[in-house]
Amino acid sequence: MITKEPVITVKNMVKKFGSFVANDNLSFEVYKGEIFGFLGANGAGKTTAIRILCGLSSPTSGQMNVAGFDVYRQTEKIKQNIGYMSQKFSLYEDLTVYENIRFYGGVYGMNIADRKARTTEMLDRLELTAYKNRKIGDLPLGWKQKLAFSIAILHNPKIVFLDEPTGGVDPITRRQFWNLIYEAVEKGITVFVTTHYMDEAEYCDRVSIMADGRIVALDTPEKLKEQYNAANMDEVFLKIAR
Amino acid sequence: MRTLYYILQKEFTQIFRNRSMLPVIFVMPLVQMLILVFAATNELRQVDLAIVDFDQSALSRKLTAEITGNPFFVVRQNPASTQDAEELLMRNKIDLALVIPRNFDKDLTISKKADVQILVDAINGMAAQLSLGYLSNVIGNYSQKILVKTGKPDPGMMKSIDIKPTYWFNPQLNFKYYMAPGILVVLITVIGILLGGMNLVREKELGTIEQINVTPIKKWQFIAGKLLPFLAIGLFDLAFGLLIARLAFNIPIRGSMPLLFGMASIYLVLVLSLGLFISTISDTVQQATFVTFFMLIVFILMSGLFTPVESMPDWAQKLDYANPLYYFVKIMRSIILKGSNFPDIFNEFAALSVFAVSMFGLAIFRYKKTS
Repeated sequence: MITKEPVITVKNMVKKFGSFVANDNLSFEVYKGEIFGFLGANGAGKTTAIRILCGLSSPTSGQMNVAGFDVYRQTEKIKQNIGYMSQKFSLYEDLTVYENIRFYGGVYGMNIADRKARTTEMLDRLELTAYKNRKIGDLPLGWKQKLAFSIAILHNPKIVFLDEPTGGVDPITRRQFWNLIYEAVEKGITVFVTTHYMDEAEYCDRVSIMADGRIVALDTPEKLKEQYNAANMDEVFLKIAR
Repeated sequence: MRTLYYILQKEFTQIFRNRSMLPVIFVMPLVQMLILVFAATNELRQVDLAIVDFDQSALSRKLTAEITGNPFFVVRQNPASTQDAEELLMRNKIDLALVIPRNFDKDLTISKKADVQILVDAINGMAAQLSLGYLSNVIGNYSQKILVKTGKPDPGMMKSIDIKPTYWFNPQLNFKYYMAPGILVVLITVIGILLGGMNLVREKELGTIEQINVTPIKKWQFIAGKLLPFLAIGLFDLAFGLLIARLAFNIPIRGSMPLLFGMASIYLVLVLSLGLFISTISDTVQQATFVTFFMLIVFILMSGLFTPVESMPDWAQKLDYANPLYYFVKIMRSIILKGSNFPDIFNEFAALSVFAVSMFGLAIFRYKKTS
């Protein structure tokens, strides 16, 4: 599935907040169909980078291209072609599961028949059909996260950006969440995911490790383990961050 | 357009699901109309006063009787000295004191001219002037009577021009007629400026706006989605408030309803856009509320709602050209009480339209999907 065809190209991306440099000269490519992991400690600059690529924040300098569109001039075109799940749960808790799906499907311009078919399929997959008229605020966190991910890919985007999607959920739910990610990849969606769970890094096709706003390592998990002579990604991370 | 439909569907669902919305929509107009219209009155009902009579003569007692006979005045005490009267004023026992000097009777009989002193508690300037005015009237009438009785009418005074005013559009000078349209303006202003803006800044606080900002929703669609539901609620409350005014105060509605609601729509677009603009520059509900309240107070006090704009200094009157309430209070009173037509309020209409369009544009411009 993975090709060498880049869907995200980043060259010399810099983001400064006053004198603080959040992203210091980042350069990387994400290939079509891969799961690209963005690892790093809290405050390493992962969220800043993901927000720039989603068009939520403007970069200070650099050349960035996402899904074939320029980050400076074609932000709105990028938005039609990506999905995003933020660190903080941001669906409408006062709306029901169904109402949230209807709203997001609607604003992405999905036609009604398509949306209804996808909604049925998705609720069925998540085993949420019985809960579709529950307010999202009343659901447990793990369900909410899976729902947020499913809504982020409802309109079949080229790329989905996940910012620490499994923060605060139990290991079983995390495992289920990653199954959803694999299913999305099978449909041809490229996944860009940030995390600080090192076991999750093993699930990625390639990972980049960030520290203090820079990318300090970028390769497949296997090659990184080999290079740092480590048994798992946890060790790799500790050796790099040391 | 389909996107806007989904946004509106979502907004309306959220608004009507919110338990605190219904009271805002129905209770606020009731409270404002039924309480404020009565409370915001300049009419004085009763004045407490003390009379210090140093003369104790026939004429001074007659004057006292004249005042006591007026249902408007309640004579609380008859202190023996001016100091005692001042003491009563100090302790808020009375609103004003009338001092009749010694030789009042003598002066009036011999030289046809006597002085009395009135001490007024001027803490509340408006009430002080009104009560002084009433009392002066009573004393004036009294002196007329004395002059007529003593025979020698002063030619100049007797031929004085008798003015018979006719108060147009509000013949009984019913204060409620005057206040009700104004209070309605406050009602829909508060609804407009607060609800839309708070709704937007709430999405910022909850973080849900982040998810909106990564969708291809256009900026104008999002702002219009926050504006239109509350425009509808504002117009509904205007209708509801007018109904209360009609039923409770029997207020005459002389002008055209379509004209009134047309003007109100433009006005609501303006205040809603202003509220939305404020929330695009605020990060929290608290910040937005503070800025909004500050503006509301300035707008309301300068609007001509409680005090005539004409009595403000020249520079303040010029500032009012930037006050949306100034125009709309004028429009509402003109249409409701006078039955004004479109040409009569064209200038106000033009000003509001220009402001509404610019403010709506500004709110859209200031809302950033990319920070």
